[in-house]
Amino acid sequence: MSEVTVQGGQEVVGVGRIEGPILVVEGGTNVRYDEVVEIQDSRGQIRRGRVLEVGEGFAVVQAFAGSTGLSIDGTRIRFLGSALHIPVAEEMLGRIFDGLGTPIDGGPEPLTDTYRDVNGQPINPTARIYPRDYIQTGISTIDGVNTLLRGQKLPLFSGAGLPHDQLAAQIVRQATLGKVAGAPPSESEEFAIVFAAMGVKNDVADYFRRSFTESGALTRVAMFLNLADDPPVERIVTPRAALTLAEYLAYDLEKHVLVVLTDMTNYGEALRQISNVRGEVPSRKGYPGYLYSDLASMYERTGRIRTSKGSITQIPILTMPNDDITHPMPDLTGYITEGQIVLGRELYFAGVYPPVAVLPSLSRLMKDGIGKNRTRDDHPRWGAQLYAAYARTQDVRALASVIGEEELSEVDQKYLKFGRAFEREFVNQSFTENRTIERTLEIGWKLLSILPKKELTRVTLDEIAQYYRGDDAAN
Amino acid sequence: MSEQVGTITWISGPVVRARGSRHVGMLELVEVGDERLVGEVIGLKGDQMTVQVYEETSGMQTGAPIYGTGLPLSVELGPGLIQSIYDGVQRPLPLIEEAVGSFITRGARFDSINREKKWKFTPKVKVGDEVKGGAVLGVVMETDTFEHRIMLNPDDSGSISWIAPVGEYTVDEPIAKIKTGKEEKTATMLQRWPVRRARPFVSRRGANIPLITGQRILDTFFPVAKGGAAGIPGPFGSGKTVTQHSIAKWADAEVIVYIGCGERGNEMTEVLQEFPHLIDPRTGNPLMERTVLIANTSNMPVAAREASIYTGITIAEYYRDMGYHVALMADSTSRWAEALREVSGRLEEMPAEEGYPAYLAGRLAEFYERAGYVDTLNGAQGSVSIVGAVSPPGGDFSEPVTQHTKRFIRCFWALDKSLASARHFPAINWLDSYSEYLEDVGAWWREKTGKDWLAMRNRAMELLSDEARLSQIVKLVGPDALPYTERMVLETTRLIREGILQQNATEAVDAYSSVEKQIRLLELVLYFHERGMAIVKRGAPINLIHDLPVVDTIIRAKSSVTNEEMHKFDDIQKQIDQQMGQLDAEYRS
Repeated sequence: MSEVTVQGGQEVVGVGRIEGPILVVEGGTNVRYDEVVEIQDSRGQIRRGRVLEVGEGFAVVQAFAGSTGLSIDGTRIRFLGSALHIPVAEEMLGRIFDGLGTPIDGGPEPLTDTYRDVNGQPINPTARIYPRDYIQTGISTIDGVNTLLRGQKLPLFSGAGLPHDQLAAQIVRQATLGKVAGAPPSESEEFAIVFAAMGVKNDVADYFRRSFTESGALTRVAMFLNLADDPPVERIVTPRAALTLAEYLAYDLEKHVLVVLTDMTNYGEALRQISNVRGEVPSRKGYPGYLYSDLASMYERTGRIRTSKGSITQIPILTMPNDDITHPMPDLTGYITEGQIVLGRELYFAGVYPPVAVLPSLSRLMKDGIGKNRTRDDHPRWGAQLYAAYARTQDVRALASVIGEEELSEVDQKYLKFGRAFEREFVNQSFTENRTIERTLEIGWKLLSILPKKELTRVTLDEIAQYYRGDDAAN
Repeated sequence: MSEQVGTITWISGPVVRARGSRHVGMLELVEVGDERLVGEVIGLKGDQMTVQVYEETSGMQTGAPIYGTGLPLSVELGPGLIQSIYDGVQRPLPLIEEAVGSFITRGARFDSINREKKWKFTPKVKVGDEVKGGAVLGVVMETDTFEHRIMLNPDDSGSISWIAPVGEYTVDEPIAKIKTGKEEKTATMLQRWPVRRARPFVSRRGANIPLITGQRILDTFFPVAKGGAAGIPGPFGSGKTVTQHSIAKWADAEVIVYIGCGERGNEMTEVLQEFPHLIDPRTGNPLMERTVLIANTSNMPVAAREASIYTGITIAEYYRDMGYHVALMADSTSRWAEALREVSGRLEEMPAEEGYPAYLAGRLAEFYERAGYVDTLNGAQGSVSIVGAVSPPGGDFSEPVTQHTKRFIRCFWALDKSLASARHFPAINWLDSYSEYLEDVGAWWREKTGKDWLAMRNRAMELLSDEARLSQIVKLVGPDALPYTERMVLETTRLIREGILQQNATEAVDAYSSVEKQIRLLELVLYFHERGMAIVKRGAPINLIHDLPVVDTIIRAKSSVTNEEMHKFDDIQKQIDQQMGQLDAEYRS
């Protein structure tokens, strides 16, 4: 093993051990923790990697593109002296990159002098602005009962075969800054979109590309693609590269940025793989103990800061293995993100689109973006009432399945009717239907009017007087 | 003040190993690398030391120096803590923002307590007085109404040889000199205390005064005593943080220490932006003027998350020692346990359950045992109450952190996903929760309200557990199969659930219920039950009771009757009398 000094950093020839994507490099001196390396195989091909651990006279390196074709003596490692940086520029919108931020659309490298560390830095909590402006997505189950705000991170929890991609595409296409109900539509402020794909199939990436093209959004989308047949380890960097660009667009150029990350479950698996190869003590289901902190280091790169008008809103998509919401990936994500939109298989089979399972879905920030002067005064109580009524519907359905519908009390029968109408008219809407907030509220009140007034204890009496239109209206 | 004690030999995430001096102490504070990042020695073996670093280690090299300080990891205590917001190792976040911008960079170093600000000091001792550790030397007004008592360091004692006259002083100017034997020590308003060492007191007292939070399900049903410890476990989305915020807002403590430990940045921002505008119902001052915030969000360095719990509790104990009641919120202790696990994993320690280190239970016990209602060294009484949130993976309460926590708390507020899904908030499940303080605080309620709270509360709980049993039957055969007397129970428990247990934290009137309002509501619902039951027993059909207009009035009373309008409960009771009276008359014959 010999050592030569070249421009840009020290170089080591030969590695001591190769195990999966992990190389143990011996002989470097004073290697930096987390610095980037260039790995050159015996044919001169270069791939990149990152230092995971350093000790006296050795360094553990993770090769992003895997270790295929690397040999013990024929591999040269060049240490570049700093953590992974990617170029960031406004021109990156409209472009397509690989998982490490290198253009793959045939175009040139982005022309810029600005390079940023993909790891980012934590936002100081005192520098944040609390999100208050809602985003109108035109989808009732989101705008009405799980409102998304600018600067929020709201994941889609889905399952294999469910239409999460369509829903995400619809959100991206329809998203505009929300207005008070009934306000005239104005010039919509458009979002810049940063899209990161981790381990998804080519068709999925293609679907999004087509959908962006059709809606004319392609010029304001930057896509970072690490597809199913790309090296899994690269997936660790993909969302970070995407978020690094998003931060530049939001906080330097003051744009409103919508970040879509799909599929986080694949990301988690890549992380597990590396942890496993390194022989770390696993916690649940073989995932490393630091999975929570690791996910947080990406999800928390969402929000607004006082020094910029821009914002980052994140919509991570993750498929729950076996539809299990307690699986570590959705579970830890749910603990970090500000709510979740859960897609349900039953609704999907019933032909409802989008099949949003309303009860387990939640937007934590909703309360601060709706109500008087934001959407409409009755919105918060209206939402709670819809939730409560729909939850009651589930109990009634369970009862009906035992004793039969005819045996149900009159009130319970009305709940059944409400439940059906709720799924058919409120949850269900077409892929192209863009509902105003006013329309969503109106549908909700129409449905609540199926129930007797006395059941509506979450809304005020004044609101009932103003909006309730049921048979019960007279008494 | 610091000299090099070692050279870095190994780096993995927040854990660094170094070789050097054999004189470095266990848990000594060290400065790591050329950027002098804050670290703490957590293991020693020959000339090898293991250090956990409280800042991001990315870019650090082997061969870089480590400097010793000779001191354990400590917090600064003195006037100026209130209204501060710190990270996990007590670095002031606003100053970091001022100096380096919106993102936290490494190596930023600031005094935790402002050295320039002058405080008006009024002495409380005179020359010649014999003083012991913890004695109050003087006072300053920390806010317009909050008196900060300057205490002698608990380890010192002697006779006062000089005391500063009334005047304006900074925290590091001398305010007293204490003579011990031949030695003379100078005291300032600033003291340091090692975070991992509990501050001393004279003795513990029984915890029999409830910590009133204005939350009906807590105060009325599952009270925690001042000086007690409570745990809130719950899956994500069940309302841990909203409950913690509600307690931080309304608890009748004089000082609130809120630790956001491995949680969301936006949540801390919410507290920061909301608390200065919220008014404490007891003092009329902004809530921020009694609050100390520790924010170590999930994306901030993991080792500092481990320290944040200790930083918070030490500050809480300091105010307790002045004779104040302090409530400490830790959200979430699971993230703290995960930080322990992460560091333990990097040290390659043998894991116990689910990868957590074997000392997890011990650390949890140490933390919760720092709660207590005590006689302080200066003869006052003070308390630290702890409310710890727990985030069990998958909402499964059998996991190690929840299980071990249960051993060290006496009050368990179990959050329930299905209640949250139905938007029943606070989503605390009344059948899974418990409080061991019930008997202890009963006397206080009797004295305060003149009513037998415990009997009423137990009666309501009895009805609720009857409801659980009855709803099993209803699920099988439908409600019509139940006799009217049992359906009367269901009518009443609906009132308990919707009219008492449900509470809307975002609605002005409902957010905070006074003790008086809580007991009147409970009394009213139970009165409704007794009257209704009597009528039903005479054969009146249940739907007549169900359709009474007063039912709706009772359910809405929580938000229509303010804390100042107790007479309205008399009106509602009259409505019950009048409407039930009619039915009673009809079915009496």
